[in-house]
Amino acid sequence: MSQKEKTTIILFSADLDKAIAAFIIANGAAAYGHEVTLFFTFWGLNTLRKDQPVSVRKGFLENMFSKMMPRGANKLGLSKMNFAGIGPRLIKHVMKKHNALGLPQLIELAREQGVKLVACTMTMDLLGLKKEELIDGIDYAGVATYLGDAAEAKVNLFI
Amino acid sequence: MTDIFVDAKGLACPMPIVRAKKAIDSLQSGQIMELHTTDKGSMNDLQAWVRQTNHELIEAKEDNGVFKFIVKKG
Repeated sequence: MSQKEKTTIILFSADLDKAIAAFIIANGAAAYGHEVTLFFTFWGLNTLRKDQPVSVRKGFLENMFSKMMPRGANKLGLSKMNFAGIGPRLIKHVMKKHNALGLPQLIELAREQGVKLVACTMTMDLLGLKKEELIDGIDYAGVATYLGDAAEAKVNLFI
Repeated sequence: MTDIFVDAKGLACPMPIVRAKKAIDSLQSGQIMELHTTDKGSMNDLQAWVRQTNHELIEAKEDNGVFKFIVKKG
C-alpha cells in the first residue's frame, strides 16, 4: 500500500465544544486510515490535564495559572452559552441523549486508534504545567515537530 | 456471503466509520462487510469513506430509517 495520508490538528482553545470538534475530526481521520497528530498548545493543554491535583513545585504565578485554568477534559467550559458552568452540563446531557461520545471517551477512542497526542513544551513552561500534571502516554515537542508532520499532511486544522 | 456484520445503529458521528474501519481491518481483501447505521449523515459519510479508503461499495440503501451498506474490502 502507498504511504499513509496524514492529518494534523492544533488544539489551541480550552473550550469543550472546540475540543469535542477536534477529537471527532481526529477520530474520523484515524478511521480514514490517516496518521493523525493532535498538537496541544496554550489553553488547549488543559484538555490533557489529569483531573486530580498533582503536587509539584511551582512559582507563585504558575500556581495562579494552575488554579485558574480548567483541570482536565471534564472541566472545560463552552465557547458560547457557558452560563457559569450550566451550559457544559446541558451539552453533556444532550450528547448522552443523542448517543454521542463525551470528550473523555473521544480521547480514549483517539488513543485506541493510535492518534498521536503532542503537548507543546514551550507553552507548558509559560503556563507552568509539568509533565506529571498531564495524562500519561503523550509526546512532548515543539513547533518543528508539528511542522514536520504538517508539511506532509493534506489536512491541517487550527482549533 | 457477508463475512462480518457491523451494527452501528443508534451511534452518532464519528462512531459509524470508526466501527466500519475496525471491522474492515479484520477482513482479507475481497471479503464483504455489512454495516447498518441510523446516523443521518452516514449515507454521505460512508460513501466518502469507501472512496478514500479504496474499498468498494456494493450496495447502499435506506430501509425504514436504517441505512444498510455492503462494502467489499479493497
